[in-house]
Amino acid sequence: MSQAAGLLVETPLQRFRAEFRESKIAVAALLVLAIIVLLALLAPWITPQNPYDLAQVDVLDGKLKPGSEAFAGYTMWLGSDGAGRDLYSAILYGLRVSLTVGLAAGFLALVIGTAIGLIAAYSGGRTESLIMRAVDIQLSFPAVLIALMLVAILGRGIDKIIIALVAAQWAYYARTVRATALVESAKEYVEAARCLGLSHARVVFRHVLPNCLAPLIVIGTVQTASAIALESTLSFLGVGLRQTEPSLGVLISNGFEYMMSGRYWISFFPGIALLVTIVSINLVGDQLRDVLNPRLKR
Amino acid sequence: MSVLSVSGLKTHFFTRDGVVRAVDGVDFELDRGEVLGLVGESGSGKSVTGFSLLGLVDPPGKVVEGNILFCGQDLTTASQQHMQELRGSRIAMIFQDPMMTLNPVLRIDTQMIEAILAHEKLPRKVAWTRARDGLAQVGIPSPEQRLRAYPHQLSGGMRQRVAIAIAFLNNPDLLIADEPTTALDVTIQAQIVHVAQTLCRERGTALIWITHDLAVVAGLADRIAVMYAGRIVEAGATDQIIDHPRHPYTVGLLGSVPSANRRGQRLAQIPGMTPNMLSLPNGCAFQERCTRGDELCRGDVDATFDEAGGYVRCFHPHGSEAGA
Amino acid sequence: MSLIVFFGVNVIGDPVDMLINPEADQAEIERTIRALGLDKPIHEQYLYFLKGIGSGDFGKSFIFGEPALKLILHHMPATIELALVSLIMAIILGIPLGLYAGLFPERRSSRLIMAGSILGFSLPTFWVGLMMIMLFAVHLGWLPSTGRGDTAVFLGIESSLWTRDGLSHLFMPALNLALTNISLVIRLTRAGVREAMHQDYIKFARAKGLHPRRVIGVHLMKNILIPIITVLGLEFGSLMAFSVVTESIFAWPGMGKLLIDSLLQLDRPVVVAYLMIIVLFFVVINLVVDILYSVLDPRVRLKDQGS
Repeated sequence: MSQAAGLLVETPLQRFRAEFRESKIAVAALLVLAIIVLLALLAPWITPQNPYDLAQVDVLDGKLKPGSEAFAGYTMWLGSDGAGRDLYSAILYGLRVSLTVGLAAGFLALVIGTAIGLIAAYSGGRTESLIMRAVDIQLSFPAVLIALMLVAILGRGIDKIIIALVAAQWAYYARTVRATALVESAKEYVEAARCLGLSHARVVFRHVLPNCLAPLIVIGTVQTASAIALESTLSFLGVGLRQTEPSLGVLISNGFEYMMSGRYWISFFPGIALLVTIVSINLVGDQLRDVLNPRLKR
Repeated sequence: MSVLSVSGLKTHFFTRDGVVRAVDGVDFELDRGEVLGLVGESGSGKSVTGFSLLGLVDPPGKVVEGNILFCGQDLTTASQQHMQELRGSRIAMIFQDPMMTLNPVLRIDTQMIEAILAHEKLPRKVAWTRARDGLAQVGIPSPEQRLRAYPHQLSGGMRQRVAIAIAFLNNPDLLIADEPTTALDVTIQAQIVHVAQTLCRERGTALIWITHDLAVVAGLADRIAVMYAGRIVEAGATDQIIDHPRHPYTVGLLGSVPSANRRGQRLAQIPGMTPNMLSLPNGCAFQERCTRGDELCRGDVDATFDEAGGYVRCFHPHGSEAGA
Repeated sequence: MSLIVFFGVNVIGDPVDMLINPEADQAEIERTIRALGLDKPIHEQYLYFLKGIGSGDFGKSFIFGEPALKLILHHMPATIELALVSLIMAIILGIPLGLYAGLFPERRSSRLIMAGSILGFSLPTFWVGLMMIMLFAVHLGWLPSTGRGDTAVFLGIESSLWTRDGLSHLFMPALNLALTNISLVIRLTRAGVREAMHQDYIKFARAKGLHPRRVIGVHLMKNILIPIITVLGLEFGSLMAFSVVTESIFAWPGMGKLLIDSLLQLDRPVVVAYLMIIVLFFVVINLVVDILYSVLDPRVRLKDQGS
């Protein structure tokens, strides 16, 4: 066994791929995720209508059952909503909004949180304890509450929601990065790098940051999923995105009023799309955690 | 009649990477009141042997072969129910780390009284008295007070005394001590050895003392069995093993024990590392680290017995060339 | 904190636009503004507000004309009831399932439980709530879809737990709110069991010949329950906050629904009061859990006595 390993030197990336593939569910989830992203990207070309182009929407098509034929002649496989929009089209367009918000918020929170975490780890002293104090306070409140508080202050709209999501999530990254950075900078190679006369920035970016990468990737996936869920929750409550920026949460919210009359599909299908997206991101994240966590190495 | 007679015991672990033969054909006997020192490196299968006797081998491990005759009754075929009745009453066990063996969130009295009540229907008051006397017997001062303590309020040595007291609560016929002194300071080690030894002698309890430290068992055991990679490679009377070791591994072990009468000499080391239990070589498992290993060692080794009932499992034992 | 909340909320929008009849004349608008105290400069409003907090007064609701604090306190029992019941649900369902999954990790049913718990984390609560309404209320017609049912007073507590109608209204929202926590408890319990089963004290307990029931029920449970209870205590605050979502779906007349309604109607004294109260709640809960923890864990207890 040791001989085989000696002959065949795997690059870390190859090993990472091989280990990731060990879980069939994770691979399937990744595949599903890729399809979802692709569908969202290609939405304008693969949907029968642009659900927000008023010229293409006919109110007479409203509340049609799945499989009904639209006035314009195509089949509405998933039915239509109250305003006569084809649900299939609306879902793909909604996915675009949801994914954009989730990814933007996830990425911004990652960048900001990482920066703050590094500052805390490197400055030490009062700055550090102040930052970590803020992190602790923030983490003791659920994300929904923080987001609601910010939405109450900022109001609705894509940009404001993204800000609210970032505000609710940066602390997770900051805490992790600080912890990892503290562990790493105590190690000898950082000391060695400093002794070589490398600049602070170089030490941070070439040595400390790469070591924070694994936990950041894991948190990043999970937090992106929860950003998407949080945005749709806020939108559902009517305090998130506006009707003109319809995410999946807005679509579900629109369908709520028709639910009692048994027109389930208006809320059901967008929910399924949301669910599949979130679950597959989480499954991928779960496997990433197992593969990237050195403590669980067999 | 012997209290315990183990023959051909095999306990294997069926892991994802393959079968680990943790215990692979172990034989030994133990008389009433006798003390057996079971010596070996970590991973040699000595602890697993102990757990096999109690029927406490957890999956993926399993006793796959052999017999364990305890007072004439085979434990490998005994029911779960029956094993549970034997455990703690007729066969007791103490463990390595006294910090870990006592439940941190239960008081000492709870942990002692439950051990009594699990095997006998007694009024709580009587059980409490017995628990108190048990603590006194292992040399714990003001036992009434200690009974109300939580484990973390006692020192390591105290805790191991409590564990011994629990083991003796039901007067077992056999006590298995799995490295009970390894985690303790040297001065306390001696005290613990003394307590266990005295109690065993008083009650006629047979004792299996599992350790990696030949020095500890040299003064304690009547007989010693040396384990390597799941097998007993050499067994015999303590004096015989200490003074005239025959298996190269035993010789190596003895050479690595610092002792007063060899001052100034270099400590011998056994070259190489403990073998990978997943891919043992054919024949003798020690051949790769052995100074005497050769082609012959790849074949199956049978034990050669001497007059006193000791045996060695080696093609090239020490002492044979001198005798020949 | 109070500063952020107050000024923040004031920027949301102009409540006058919402409240006043569009056909009202200028005089009427001004009268309303003055009645609501909106004519004063904002820093004066804040001072006013601070003074109010000191005496428990957050100002009057624009919509209901009642003191905001009174309004919130009036809605609070319903929310606490909901949160408590779902906490209990999480314990009753989560611990046995987690215990099972931890004791028999290789079984197919255990894997099913764990897969279910991942789902419980991933599923957006509000959508599950909708689906529950669809299935149990609309499709099967077993349970009422929205609202709080009849309440009754028993042992001096007014609660829907004491009436059949109240229970049937309570079941769905409580389960919906409990979903994430059930998953959480399952995971915590399983992880605790898996870790504790390898500990020597469990092996020692078994070596003493104790019945497996006692080994698991006393030796194992007592150790793993401490962290679980601690986490659940902290989660109670989250449940109160999350009830915002559940209450909105099931039209449960608690303070969460009040918050959303107030947010939508720009009724800012109520929003501010809610946020202040919930922050206070969190502080109190953290304190209580700290105390609880030291009572439960003998190791912590000793340290306190020693110092």
